[in-house]
Amino acid sequence: MKYKYGFSMPENNVFKAKRGLNEEVVTTISKIKNEPSWMLDNRLVAYQKFLEMPMPNWGADLSGINFANIFYYVKASAKTEKSWDDVPTDIKTTYDRLGIPEAEKEYLGGVKAQYESEVVYGSLMKRFSDQGIIFCGMDEALKKYPKLVKEYFGTLIPKGDNKFAALNTAVWSGGSFIYVPKNVKVDLPLQAYFRINSANMGQFERTLMIIDEGAFVHYVEGCTAPIYSTDSLHSAVVEIFVKKGARCRYTTIQNWSTNVYNLVTKRARVEEDGIMEWVDGNLGSKVTMKYPSVVLVGPRAHGEILSVAVAGKGQHQDAGGKCIHLAPNTTSRIISKSISLKGGRASYRGLIQINKGAINSRSKVVCDALILDKKSRSDTYPSNKINESKSILEHEATVSKIGEEQLFYLMSRGFTQDEAEAMIVNGFIEPIVKELPMEYSVELNRLINLQMEGSVG
Amino acid sequence: MMEINDLVVNVEGKTILNGVNLSVLAGEVVAIMGPNCSGKSTLAYAVAGHPKYQTSGIIKLNGKKIDDKSPDERAKLGLFLANQYPVAVSGLSVNSFLWQMHKKVKSSQLRVTNLVEFRKYINELAVSLNLNLDLLKRSLNDGFSGGEKKKLEILQMLVFEPKYIILDEIDSGLDVDALKVIAKTVAKTAIKNKIGVLVITHYNRILKYLKADKVIILEKGKIVKTGTGKLAQDIEVSGYKNEI
Repeated sequence: MKYKYGFSMPENNVFKAKRGLNEEVVTTISKIKNEPSWMLDNRLVAYQKFLEMPMPNWGADLSGINFANIFYYVKASAKTEKSWDDVPTDIKTTYDRLGIPEAEKEYLGGVKAQYESEVVYGSLMKRFSDQGIIFCGMDEALKKYPKLVKEYFGTLIPKGDNKFAALNTAVWSGGSFIYVPKNVKVDLPLQAYFRINSANMGQFERTLMIIDEGAFVHYVEGCTAPIYSTDSLHSAVVEIFVKKGARCRYTTIQNWSTNVYNLVTKRARVEEDGIMEWVDGNLGSKVTMKYPSVVLVGPRAHGEILSVAVAGKGQHQDAGGKCIHLAPNTTSRIISKSISLKGGRASYRGLIQINKGAINSRSKVVCDALILDKKSRSDTYPSNKINESKSILEHEATVSKIGEEQLFYLMSRGFTQDEAEAMIVNGFIEPIVKELPMEYSVELNRLINLQMEGSVG
Repeated sequence: MMEINDLVVNVEGKTILNGVNLSVLAGEVVAIMGPNCSGKSTLAYAVAGHPKYQTSGIIKLNGKKIDDKSPDERAKLGLFLANQYPVAVSGLSVNSFLWQMHKKVKSSQLRVTNLVEFRKYINELAVSLNLNLDLLKRSLNDGFSGGEKKKLEILQMLVFEPKYIILDEIDSGLDVDALKVIAKTVAKTAIKNKIGVLVITHYNRILKYLKADKVIILEKGKIVKTGTGKLAQDIEVSGYKNEI
């Protein structure tokens, strides 16, 4: 497979922490960032938690991760620039090749570009900043809006939530901070772009979003890395607060190179009449474990998780979602589509929890798997905890293969076998793709077709 | 000319067709009739290149040997099969499918070059077939009725602009009105574009609107009788048993 983003640039770092992790590295990161003491304390407690907690053994195989071999903090640029011209040349060249500055001109309301551990570029349309919208790097937010950060940071995903959330809390750097004021609707997507450049890199961005009452935002993130023979680690934590009547859509197109372990914790807390939508595309990485979650705390809150995963050669996509209903009349929907090919493995793992008192709540889970050849594998691990009898849960799951009859039918119309397979696969993921902004749906289809090249099975 | 010489077809180790010879000239309508299990549909699939059907013998299209070609290569030489059981592809809209097919098979000579014009063209064709336009926005054959699927096969044929078509029991499960519009459309197109038509059917009724120049009766994998359009009428009256 041709992975278009597999190139790398020479390292011209401002600072690179020593390989491996200990208290000194954690303290150094905090010192370099000149953080308040509460954050350093928070990091050190989280580091202890990380050491104490066992590796999760219920999902994908993580035995290949060597924590001692990873660089936990790499600063490639002195500061976040507001103009692409001021971004160091190698880094700018990278983003040029990824098409980011062009995309920004055409259809984005704001952009953050994170290279290694730090945000190197940031912008927000003036009309949005005039409305009081905040879109900045997480480190900048800690300096500029310390009260807001302290009030929310780590309250939805506490440091002891899981081993990788603990790790992120200990060594986090970069990530986005978004605040949308009451009733402000951000009508163009805000985008963050995450790039790992050096080998054995660990990227631990931390994202916090607060969408105030009646507001709306669509946040999009993309991720790529060079291909190296050794592994890198990406372990993010994303916390989102959706206030009364607000709506947030969070779209991810993850296309890490196949030497990256991608272990991410994402959670949203949704108040009454609020809507949270996770749109999650997992195409790259060696191993992904990611289950975007919605905690529906207010009446009539709605959560939605649409995910598509493609597992090719040597890849395990262990993805899904969690919906936790804590209030009456809450609704949720999970639609998961997975494609496994060339020996890849795609797993759906999900949780629906409806607590006592969440009367008239409804949830629907649809997971469809498409397996393209005999070497590939798909599994489903649904988990339901329904403690309210006055609620409804629907679950549908299908596993299919591309049928000889479908292929013959399309081929008899002049399409080659590869083209016919791609049409079937693109049709399969169409319910998710149609939810993406145009540019991304085109990109997603292109990436999937690339993965499928020569995949005649 | 479509030529089939000494065609033997095996499916999963069983011989279904055993030495069939026939030809269809450009602009000619040839009907293949016969009782159930005579091998009629097998003939259609074998000529179109379905991988399940192992063939020996020779199949030629305008002098070019096609029996070793894949279904898409045969299609690109101008062969179109209207299926008895059109297959559904969910998430692939009819509009998008037709547009991709148009670009594929008419690559050098697109009828229209932009999507807007193409939609207009498709809508006109759909109206002429009395096909509900809403279907064009839906997934290919997904949840379509029998009649809608058959009409869509014909719509595809019109977009495809083939040189030779095989209609595999296009008339099964159709009401009289649908049968009439389909048969008349094929007849008109065949004359206009000098298409060779191989129409596979159980019944004479489609041949009332699509006049056959030749009628061939197939039984147990062999051609047992060849005649004119009159043969089909006789079969309708007295059945296969008395005519073979």
